[in-house]
Amino acid sequence: MQRRNFLKTFGVAAGASMIPFLRYLPAEAAGPSDTLVVVSGHGINSLDLHRKGTNRPSYQVTVNIYDRLVRFGVKKLADGSLAYDSTKIEPEVAESWAISEDGKSLTFKINPKAKFWDGTPVTAHDVKWSFDRAVSLGGFPFVQMKAGSMTKPEQFVAVDDMTFRIDIPAPSKLTLPDLAVPIPFIINSKLVKKHVTEKDPWGTEYLHKNPAGSGAYKLARWDPGQQFVYERNEDWALGPQPGVKRVIVREVPSAATRRALTERGDADLYMNVPAKDSKEFKDGGKLTVSGAPIDNCLHVLALNLKHKPFDNVKVRQAVAYALPYKDIVSAAAYGRGVPMFGGKNMTPADVMWPQPFPYDTDLDKAKALLAEAGFKDGFETTLSFNLGLADWQEPTALLIQESLSKIGIKTKLDKIPGANWRTAALVEKRLPMHLENFGGWLNYPDYYFFWAYKFGHLFNSSNYKNPEIEKLVDDTLHMQVTDPMYAANVKKMIAIAFEDVPRIPLYQPYLDSAMQKNVSGYASWFHRQLDVRSISKG
Amino acid sequence: MGNKLIQIGRRLAQALPSVFGVIVISFVLTRALPGDPAVYFAGDMADKESIEQVRQSLGLDKSWVEQFTIYVRNLVNGDWGTSLSTGRPVTEELLRRLPASLELTLIGLGLAILVAIPLGVLAATRPDSWIDHLCRVMVTAGVSLPTFFTGLFLVYIFYYLLGWSPSPLGRLSIVYLSPPHVTGFYTIDSLLAGDRETFVASIAQLILPAATLGLFALAPIARMTRAAMLGALASDFIRTARANGLSNRVVLVTYAFRNAALPVLTTLGMVFSFLLGANVLVEKVFSWPGIGSFAIQALVASDYAAVQGFVLAMALLFVCVNLFIDVLLTMVDPRVGLDE
Repeated sequence: MQRRNFLKTFGVAAGASMIPFLRYLPAEAAGPSDTLVVVSGHGINSLDLHRKGTNRPSYQVTVNIYDRLVRFGVKKLADGSLAYDSTKIEPEVAESWAISEDGKSLTFKINPKAKFWDGTPVTAHDVKWSFDRAVSLGGFPFVQMKAGSMTKPEQFVAVDDMTFRIDIPAPSKLTLPDLAVPIPFIINSKLVKKHVTEKDPWGTEYLHKNPAGSGAYKLARWDPGQQFVYERNEDWALGPQPGVKRVIVREVPSAATRRALTERGDADLYMNVPAKDSKEFKDGGKLTVSGAPIDNCLHVLALNLKHKPFDNVKVRQAVAYALPYKDIVSAAAYGRGVPMFGGKNMTPADVMWPQPFPYDTDLDKAKALLAEAGFKDGFETTLSFNLGLADWQEPTALLIQESLSKIGIKTKLDKIPGANWRTAALVEKRLPMHLENFGGWLNYPDYYFFWAYKFGHLFNSSNYKNPEIEKLVDDTLHMQVTDPMYAANVKKMIAIAFEDVPRIPLYQPYLDSAMQKNVSGYASWFHRQLDVRSISKG
Repeated sequence: MGNKLIQIGRRLAQALPSVFGVIVISFVLTRALPGDPAVYFAGDMADKESIEQVRQSLGLDKSWVEQFTIYVRNLVNGDWGTSLSTGRPVTEELLRRLPASLELTLIGLGLAILVAIPLGVLAATRPDSWIDHLCRVMVTAGVSLPTFFTGLFLVYIFYYLLGWSPSPLGRLSIVYLSPPHVTGFYTIDSLLAGDRETFVASIAQLILPAATLGLFALAPIARMTRAAMLGALASDFIRTARANGLSNRVVLVTYAFRNAALPVLTTLGMVFSFLLGANVLVEKVFSWPGIGSFAIQALVASDYAAVQGFVLAMALLFVCVNLFIDVLLTMVDPRVGLDE
């Protein structure tokens, strides 16, 4: 967008107030209190999360410029950082909702205060159109909707203009939280319908480049490969008014440059800081580092059961006893990881997930287990990792290689470029020993097990297959957490994971962001993107 | 003049087979890469089914021959395909980013020429003097320092420590907006718009990355100038010129340098094309939105159309630059023809 169009977008009336932005912002502290400058490593490639090929950083656009029926609440952690609260679901476009007796339909009352940017009210028809779109375009949105038992447009009913109903085949605890993830965002269907064609009934071409929402921020400008700018929607009434008027997100590919910009005060907020920088920012004391352990996410060493000798549980346990956990947490995660080792018991005391596994570095025990399995002299294997995540995976792999050599397991390191990683590790599942980092958006242990322990599922890169787990996960996945069977089932699952260790957890990673001292309200989210609505500056 | 135009046309026709070769090779190479775009673009939680769905919608289930015929047919019609990761036509992406890369490369190259040629000439006229040693040090530094290191080093000194340079945030600092698009070169466009402030700002953003590139490009140019000048100065015609009592200036500029200019110009052509591709690391350090970073992103995502488009654009540019240099050579030295 050129300067002229830019002015047009903001309206000529706003011209006078625009002058400071056009000409000059004071260099120190990155400008006045109504503008927030964010630096990020990756740019966005689309405004439409339902499109195929939309990258992860683009999720944040959807979060900030669109509304959903419901949203998660925010909680304060022990160290003062804020994080989303997976147990608290708050109204957004829906002012209230009710779940039927049989648990098979959810009815939402739409808040009459919800208005699209063009002033038209958000109706149940818009919600239905948006949800239909999410399940019809295929790919990731479809899979994520399916997690909430939503697969077909017939399940979505606009009862009247302000009442919307979802019918699900069987009651599920996952449906409501699945409505708070970025995918089921609500689109101004009347506006988009003006731009659809026969070949493109869902307006993917239009929404790829044009936002059409009701959210707290509008997208004022997008220069692909450089930056995008949010402008506050002054008419948004579905929550407290956001603290900053304008947010500039600059794409800065080099981590060293991002760090220099933040330390010099030219950037207000640095999203997703590597663990090493985050530790040094913390020690430096000039910046606030805010972060939380990522819910339902583990950095693990996965052992592929298709490759001998990892089909032998004793070998897997031996590896679990031979890992240098403490060194990994301090040298690869720079302390920004919750330890997942040193548990006391082979059976879990509670349903907390993730929780420390009952393993610790114990080379004698590892050797004994290897000998029992018939590999007294060890064996040779390859340890693969993703070059795209080399900042933690490379040091981790080196530490593991060194430690395993002490019990006679010789490993060859195999670096796989980011583009090939998914194919090799997750789709073909052909890597014998590798590092993996799945995190589930919905914060339930059974949801993690569904993706990472069920046979054939994408993140079960270990080819692990256990009929008991299959049954337990199927039984538990949709069960309410208040169900008496729930806790028992989850504990059983965790106990099996303890015993069988197809995936050996190393630690639970943190998502850290660094910001100037005058920035407040930043919260960590499960989608690992910036939600600017809660942030203020001053 | 008409004769020359025909010659140029013939040279262009000669370039066609090599361009076709580039098209074939880039097509085969992108597909030989181990990455699978269908997996990549099916997204985070995609299962086998949705991956197949994506493969079909991308046309990747067709045979290579079929894909290639479609690709060439589209190219002939001026359609370079659509980049999957950005969802925009490849030509649009390249045209938007090319000016950024060209502006940076040209200014970097200009800086390098300004320093390297006098340095090379002086080093050749005074072998083993301090200036010759300086030339050697600069050349060694230019060759041995990786550009990302030089870039980060300059950022550290001039931005982080001294604060003289604006933040290394691409082509313009956050407070300015891009000037109205005419050429895509911010320096030129801002002057055309009569906006001196933006002009100064865009120059300020250019200094560090251009210096980084310049240091890198300086080495081959200075070396080539020095060697060519040494060769020319040792020739018979120089001895004759000196014996005839021509002034030192005339000997150096008119006789020696004009003869030495041929290999230097050829090197310049090479260095320029080379810089355009090689400045990807500089682009990364300075958040420069050029074609290098676009190509890397495309490569990481196995974005076939974008990678092929990038390679093709570079090949075309290479052909043009070479042709331009060749024409320039015929003007510098009448002995050189376009036909050989």
